[in-house]
Amino acid sequence: MTSTNHRNIKYYFEGEVAGLLIFLIAVVVAFSLASPNFLTATNLSSMAIQLPALGLLTLAMLIPILSGGLNLSITYTANMSGLALAWTLQALGGPEAGVEVFVLGCALALTVGALSGFVIGVVVAYTKAHPILVSLSMMILMRGIGEFLSRGKDITGFPKFVQEIGQGAIWGIPIPMLVFIVCAVAWHIILSRTRQGFGTYMLGSNIMATAYSGVATKRNLIVLYTLSGLMCAVAGIVMLSQFNSVRVGHGESFLLITVLACFLGAADPFGGFGRVLPVFLALVILQVLSSGLNILGANQHLSTALWGIFLLAVVILRWAWWRYSAKLKWKLEEPNNE
Amino acid sequence: MIPVIQCKNVSKTFGGVRALTNIDFEVMPGEVHCLAGENGCGKSTLIKIIAGVCAADPGAKLSLMDQEFETLSPAQARRLGVGVIWQDHALFPEMSVAENIAIESFVGSNAKFVRHRNIEDVAQKVCERLGVSFDLNAKVKTLPIARRQLVAICRTLVSDARIVFMDEPTSSLTRTETQHLLNVVRTLTAENVAVVFVSHRLVEVLEIADRVTVLRDGQKVGVYDASEMSLAKLTEKMTGLTITPAVVGQNTNDNDTVLEVKNISRAGEYKDICFSISRGEVVGIIGLLGAGRTELALSLFGMTRPELGQIYIDGKVVNFRSNQDAIAAGIAYVSEDRLSLGLVQAQSIENNLALTVLDKTLVFGGLLSLKKKKEIVDHWIDELDVKLGNVSDAISTLSGGNQQKIAIAKWLATNPKLLILDAPTVGVDIGAREGIFKIVRDLANKGLSILLISDEVSEVYFNCNRVLHMSGGTLRREFIPACCDFSEMEDAVYGTDI
Amino acid sequence: MARIFKTHPIETWLLVLIIVASVILSAFSEQYLTLVNAFDLVNSISINVIFAVGLLVVLISGGIDISFAVAASVVQYLAFYALSYLGGGNWLIGFIVAGGLGIMLGAINAGLIHYFRVISIVVTIATFNVFFGLLMFLTKGVSLYDLPDWWTNRIIVFEREMASGSWAELTLPAVVMFGAISATWFLITYTSIGRQIYAFGDNPEGARRIGINVVAVQFIAYGWMGMMAGIGGLMQAHFMQEIVPNALIGRELDVLAAVVLGGAALGGGRGTVLGCVLGVLLMAIIQNGLNLLGVTPFAFKAIVGVILLLAITLSNVSFNELRVGLRMESTQ
Repeated sequence: MTSTNHRNIKYYFEGEVAGLLIFLIAVVVAFSLASPNFLTATNLSSMAIQLPALGLLTLAMLIPILSGGLNLSITYTANMSGLALAWTLQALGGPEAGVEVFVLGCALALTVGALSGFVIGVVVAYTKAHPILVSLSMMILMRGIGEFLSRGKDITGFPKFVQEIGQGAIWGIPIPMLVFIVCAVAWHIILSRTRQGFGTYMLGSNIMATAYSGVATKRNLIVLYTLSGLMCAVAGIVMLSQFNSVRVGHGESFLLITVLACFLGAADPFGGFGRVLPVFLALVILQVLSSGLNILGANQHLSTALWGIFLLAVVILRWAWWRYSAKLKWKLEEPNNE
Repeated sequence: MIPVIQCKNVSKTFGGVRALTNIDFEVMPGEVHCLAGENGCGKSTLIKIIAGVCAADPGAKLSLMDQEFETLSPAQARRLGVGVIWQDHALFPEMSVAENIAIESFVGSNAKFVRHRNIEDVAQKVCERLGVSFDLNAKVKTLPIARRQLVAICRTLVSDARIVFMDEPTSSLTRTETQHLLNVVRTLTAENVAVVFVSHRLVEVLEIADRVTVLRDGQKVGVYDASEMSLAKLTEKMTGLTITPAVVGQNTNDNDTVLEVKNISRAGEYKDICFSISRGEVVGIIGLLGAGRTELALSLFGMTRPELGQIYIDGKVVNFRSNQDAIAAGIAYVSEDRLSLGLVQAQSIENNLALTVLDKTLVFGGLLSLKKKKEIVDHWIDELDVKLGNVSDAISTLSGGNQQKIAIAKWLATNPKLLILDAPTVGVDIGAREGIFKIVRDLANKGLSILLISDEVSEVYFNCNRVLHMSGGTLRREFIPACCDFSEMEDAVYGTDI
Repeated sequence: MARIFKTHPIETWLLVLIIVASVILSAFSEQYLTLVNAFDLVNSISINVIFAVGLLVVLISGGIDISFAVAASVVQYLAFYALSYLGGGNWLIGFIVAGGLGIMLGAINAGLIHYFRVISIVVTIATFNVFFGLLMFLTKGVSLYDLPDWWTNRIIVFEREMASGSWAELTLPAVVMFGAISATWFLITYTSIGRQIYAFGDNPEGARRIGINVVAVQFIAYGWMGMMAGIGGLMQAHFMQEIVPNALIGRELDVLAAVVLGGAALGGGRGTVLGCVLGVLLMAIIQNGLNLLGVTPFAFKAIVGVILLLAITLSNVSFNELRVGLRMESTQ
């Protein structure tokens, strides 16, 4: 009777990917016709530079959404991880710090991110408090610690190679974009090919039934939020290297955009369904819309409004498609019905 | 006499599925009319149409109290005196008992404001009429399930209903409560209110009904006088099959003991339980809802821990810290609540089946092999003869019987020593039940031990080697179906209250 | 007492926490337990409470609204232009215009949620972006300072000079807050539609079956939220004496945390006005107390975060029985 219960899951997602692809092509064509500056190497590479920060944070948001939750602390966890790296660099040489210091700093940053996710996971798993509430408190905590320790200032003064990583490219592809692609592939494998990912989908649909089937749901929740925290740390490191500075509050406006991107990529707001590929496509579409509008002279704020309208349009289209296909199915199966 | 309600040519299609086909249905004032049929035969859909919750396909004619309608809204149906006790989704768990009972006094009416004193008065009056007492300020979620059902019944009696639909009202009531309800039904009919009764307990149906309308696969089979019907005849009309059950013999071969339970207790749940099951034996536990059956099963499955006593598997004492330990020790548990605990309803058939055996599909040190997963899924669907379209469909698209087969299959795939089946026929058609029990007997013949928990005497009597009667958290008595009468067991079980 | 604890466990908990915090704070700071500070506290929480009681109604109905803080900013701008079109206006017109505009923005959310069957978090995240993006785009991020005098002049409703020479004052936003609290309390306790909002949030399918007007429930819940957002926006502009387009962004999550801390459940059917107010109050007392204790403002949020995390953990652990009850209900 309801759409979620009786759909064929596989076809649903294949249709979703096709729909997003068609839309992506349409948008690219439209912008190329509207402006000769759109399909240029400069614009493509600037898109590839802008996308990774939002993309990595979206990956960090995706797994909690699949589990039926949310992680509202992602941006500030990324900032805190960035701060951990920044201090390591500052404490061990500042601009003269070596690569080994950078590696150590990254390890520390990843630890900070993982720890933040781990705490959310433990509280969610053992108290069954709503993840929105738990991660919201973690967000307030992370923001607070970050602002306390950095006094709200920008932290700068890193070795040169850090910026080279953030703004460099391999085979013409910006390094942050490469990092993002690697992470997206890793996420895809974790979600589709590991017990952890499988369990996440199942508990996202019904945690009690999943626990009754012998899945260690508490551990799964802890691991999935830890993974989310780790991805935040990656985003934090990338943002540090791109901006060559860290400030608590960097990327704050990304928070709700990552949720938007997940929903656009057909992740089910109730949990249990959603894949990396459509979310990736949704991110690319958002980036194309924003860059294209930018070339046409509009600013980021108009893009933000359009992203919102775009999400509404997509969910309304999904609704219309569902109604239409239900009617169509009825007609096909009852050819003699008057 | 004018019928209270008369439906002509009612059909209903969901998506592409025909739920009802050209049904005619009428109820006379003051009669008890039974609507009988298997799960999914369209009973609930018919009630929903009459109550205005969903609309019939074009062409239907409904006449209520001599007024004709094509479609109705819930509020309209209420005003015309249609009251329904829904089987599910009926109550508001966070709201008080009084408000749950009296909610229609301010929803249906045009009242803009609510007087909480009035609500309590209304609720109190209905409770007195029914002969029950509640803490009217308690939230419904704090009540035991059987009491909640009484709240739902009370609600229907608030307004001056001229026809009351009762959808499975007795499923969680004790015998005394059921008798009480049947008395209420009699009181109502004496006041010339018509009652439409839906129940899967056919004994009750025949006891209370004047007439019976039987539905099968969304079509009307016929209308019969209850006095002309017998249990066997009614079952035959409902299923279209004749079923002659036979008792299973006592387990004579003295195999090794698989499970032994010594004096386990858990405060408020069960007390001093001792029993054992040997290989290939089917042991039944019979008891009413609230007897502690499920609580006992959950301890055997490692979900809770007994506070006293020991559990032995293959002669060795075990101490489960979680159900993962129990599964590793060879115990499998098919939950009574397939919708929220037994299966992950929204997910696909294959994922539900593979959920318990993911570690058997791992390659390259931790990656799932889709090929191995498919092999396991195909094997078990074939083995248990599950009828389905596509394994990637959501499991909720399957019928109750086929869902239950998947729920059993996912546990058989773990290769267990002991299979605990908790009320395996809830929500399963009579016709499909036999298929489930055939699987149970085959498995036992292959050497699997089975613990069958049920509240239907007929199920355990005809399918178990041994039956333990549980009530009030303790095991009362052991029966051997091969050596005792059906009625002896029935008296023992239904004669006692919790 | 035992009975109240049983029927309203979260409210009692919060009250106990507030008392404990107050006792500790008054032991360390002489200023804490003064009328001046108490009134300051009331004045400072008023705007958040106005938002919170609006959000409470949406949460009770089973929805969520992320867009209200941004909607409040939108209302501020629209109201400014509408009022100058109307020739300046006054408080009465101000309330009607701000409330009405808020209701319209809320109705947009309700319409999308109801007619297109989209879940509220998706809709309100989308409208959040639409409202904010359009606001920043059309205003070019420029603030408004030339508000009418009636709007910006401070209105002191009650004042008293203390022995120390400082003034204890209760200002207009505090009075509006009490109005919002009483109105919301009346709505959800004593009106038929209010009880229907509870019932719908508690069990949507059951509500539909007994003939509850689902459209009315959605529009009133989100309309109420919108109205409170509009009035909150009006008050915030009054308080700050200026309109800044991104002044309120981020407020939605703080208010959400406070309301949920006060016992409103994400998922519907639960929540009281008292709990909601106590939730906001507790968070404010902690900040206020830290301030009086001389803790650096940079550490406020960290400490609030820790306390929030602990409160959630503790309250959920000790109320585990409730959850078992919920599980039983789902097996019904």
